[in-house]
Amino acid sequence: MSLRSPLGRALGLGAAGNGTAHWWQQRVTAVALALLGAWFAICLLSLELGDRAALAGWIARPLNAALLGLLVLTAAWHSQLGTRVIVEDYVKGALKVPLLLALQFVHAIAAAVGVVAVLQIAIGGR
Amino acid sequence: MAVGKRPLSPHLQVYRPQITSVLSISHRFSGIVLAAGLLVLVYWLAALAAGDAAYAEALSVLGAWPVKLVLFLGSFAFFYHLANGIRHLWWDSGRGFEISQVYASGWAVIIAASALTLLAWGIVLFGGAS
Repeated sequence: MSLRSPLGRALGLGAAGNGTAHWWQQRVTAVALALLGAWFAICLLSLELGDRAALAGWIARPLNAALLGLLVLTAAWHSQLGTRVIVEDYVKGALKVPLLLALQFVHAIAAAVGVVAVLQIAIGGR
Repeated sequence: MAVGKRPLSPHLQVYRPQITSVLSISHRFSGIVLAAGLLVLVYWLAALAAGDAAYAEALSVLGAWPVKLVLFLGSFAFFYHLANGIRHLWWDSGRGFEISQVYASGWAVIIAASALTLLAWGIVLFGGAS
């Protein structure tokens, strides 16, 4: 016999009210990052990192700019999900909520700066 | 006994470290390292967008030896989190939970992460485009 109410079972959202949203987003971004991360690592190894003009030219190509922007956004989202769980698990007391807020802000800023930088190079001709 | 002073299960300190538990906490730790790595990536992109002088400065910061050592360890964290992440996705499919399989996939992750890290830095230091 289940002690869960029929409505609770039908909604499937669990005690926290979020269902599997967090878990599923972590998995989707994990698969995306495995592909994007491997792509970026291979590209990074084949590029001449000391040549800014050549690097900017490489980023300016539409597919590279799009994938690099997606890499920054997906990594920021995945990282935000993961570090949030770590803080929730290990940090107690007055520090917990400010730390969670700070993590959200740092990730939002990182994602925004990364995307703006890619767009400046790709569209702004930097 | 006051709440908060009670002994807590599972008494982590009395267990001998096992490959399962060590790799599990390493996945979290490497995730924290990679969160910092995201900031390095964004710093690199921002410097690249900011112009020649800013990029030259970023290269001198990232190319300094102590920083290079940190980047080496960070790249191991990247390959470890990548390999162990694939292991987690495999587990999510409901497979590989026999204890012998868990040990085997754990060692495979360690070997793959080490090999990929050494391969990448071999290309950076001794070959490749530069």
